[in-house]
Amino acid sequence: MINKLIGATFVAAMLTSTAMAADIKPALVYGTGGKFDKSFNEAAYGGAEKFKAETGIEYRDFEPTGDTQGEQAIRNFASKGFNPVVAVSFAWTSAIEKVAAEFPDTKFVIVDAVVDKPNVRSVVYKEEEGSYLVGTVAGLFSKTGKVGFVGGMDIPLIRKFECGYEQGARAAKAGNEVLQNFIGTTGAAWSDPVRGGELAKGQIDQGADVIYAAAGASGIGVLQTAADQGKYSIGVDSNQNYLHPGSVLTSMVKRVDLAVYNAFADAKGDKFTAGVQALGIKEDGVAWAYDDNNKPLITPEILAAVEKAKADIVSGSVKVHDYMSDNSCPK
Amino acid sequence: MENLDLISILGSTIRLSIPLIFTALAGLFTERAGVFDIGLEGKMLFSAFAAAVAAFMTGSPWLGLLAGITVSVLISLIHGFASITNRGNQIVSGVAINFLASGLTAVLGQAWFSQGGRTPPLAASARFTEIVFPYAAELRDTGFIGRFYANIISGHNILTYLAFLAVPASWWVLYRTRFGLRLRAVGENPGAVDTAGISVTFLRYRATICAGILCGCAGTYLAIAQSAGFVKDMSAGKGYIALAALIFAKWRPVPVMLACLLFGFLDAFANFMQGKSVPGIGEVPVQIFQALPYVLTCVLLAGFIGVARPPKAGGVPYVKER
Repeated sequence: MINKLIGATFVAAMLTSTAMAADIKPALVYGTGGKFDKSFNEAAYGGAEKFKAETGIEYRDFEPTGDTQGEQAIRNFASKGFNPVVAVSFAWTSAIEKVAAEFPDTKFVIVDAVVDKPNVRSVVYKEEEGSYLVGTVAGLFSKTGKVGFVGGMDIPLIRKFECGYEQGARAAKAGNEVLQNFIGTTGAAWSDPVRGGELAKGQIDQGADVIYAAAGASGIGVLQTAADQGKYSIGVDSNQNYLHPGSVLTSMVKRVDLAVYNAFADAKGDKFTAGVQALGIKEDGVAWAYDDNNKPLITPEILAAVEKAKADIVSGSVKVHDYMSDNSCPK
Repeated sequence: MENLDLISILGSTIRLSIPLIFTALAGLFTERAGVFDIGLEGKMLFSAFAAAVAAFMTGSPWLGLLAGITVSVLISLIHGFASITNRGNQIVSGVAINFLASGLTAVLGQAWFSQGGRTPPLAASARFTEIVFPYAAELRDTGFIGRFYANIISGHNILTYLAFLAVPASWWVLYRTRFGLRLRAVGENPGAVDTAGISVTFLRYRATICAGILCGCAGTYLAIAQSAGFVKDMSAGKGYIALAALIFAKWRPVPVMLACLLFGFLDAFANFMQGKSVPGIGEVPVQIFQALPYVLTCVLLAGFIGVARPPKAGGVPYVKER
């Protein structure tokens, strides 16, 4: 697989030297959860694959397995002439800051964090809005009046998911209670499904019947446990409804694929812009997943309520509080 | 704290302790025979991977268990070959196994399934699922005893019960059989055993095979009972915690179980206390509870359990006198 990729890139590189100038050499660096986490990173991979399928331009990617490998990978890509270099994790913030200064002619994209450099595009999402929508679904669907949240690493970004979810659940039905747990405080928290499942079990024991997992690959354990226990779960980042049809209530889809695809496409079309892009419901950056897998679970009332919440957020009549704006969540 | 919460924590304690119990018992067998086994972690990981792959391919959890045990025994034999037959350093051999496990499982998983080192999710029929005892559902709402029965006695998978059976079984083997007596002797004074005309090498090999079987159960539990597939590095340091529990328990079977349950309880308690407010203090940062098991381990080891003396011949390869 890696060999094939390297080989393909060499071929692509040789072709580009003679082809038109618009051809680019894009590179993608994933977060530490791994490329096939069925969630965040897999969404990024999907965006890059879409670009490849449409344009035939090969890209190179790298899966850092530890927090220290990201900077090496980013610098390595930049020094080999890859452009643009897309890094999809808040964990690479300082890495991008450093490397972007070293390679002013290379275009960088960072997802989930803001880096203020003339050659860096920062793509952030309004996760609170998407989480508000799935919170609405959970709040209306729950029979016990208790809904759960299992976060990956305990960082403001993930608290932002929780906060939006909590607001949605409370708005859906007054008196709804939200239980919350985080898997850990290090990068390993993104890939510990055993603990994810155990935390979910604990919340189910406390009466939760819908659990929202924002925990990368650890979320797989949460979804699995909910399915085993005959309860319901909510997936994150990618559409995870298909993982356990009938048990996954919906997914908070974060269009990381869009960030990657747009970065590659803009670089190709010479339309690359630096600066901050904040993608919310209005920009189709976040959404709730509604497909054949969860259609039987979603009643017309829930559907109507979510559509209304969506319209309200777009029109501005409902303002979802962003945890990261003041590091607190209104109760 | 309400009874319901207590039951929930105890249930979680049991689920989290099982891999520790199996692994610590595995360590008990080898270390009592004089072979230190740092490679418990790696064996657990290897067997988790093998069990997940076999269960996925065949659809049978029993074949998964068989594969997990087989692979774990093979790795144990490698450890034995390096450290018993060739008298290599037991620690180095164990560490090598850990590195090999962490790398090889991920690489093979990626090569076979292309899912980032993960194995495909298993269907319920390919896993060990919860066994519900008779009347558990009816008794669930009948007070503390009923709930205890429904959530703690009933509702676990078969490997959980096997783990609790393995504790008295290990005790019986070690303290009530000839094999056990010799095994303990070979860890204290292999020269005496050799003088009695018993092969030190063969005895130690048998001890590592016992360890392989138990580690295989631990890995299988992780991959196809507790979760539904293998994930890279899913053992997450449990092998080392089991080793700590073994030392904690001074290399005796029943205390081993209690130490593992204590570690499991601390883990479960840390999970439970997240985001809860403590009376008089308010909400305590989750990091404090996550650090609690380690702090308690240090305190208990330093102050309360006294000297833990390992088997005398532990870590020393046996060389026949000439």
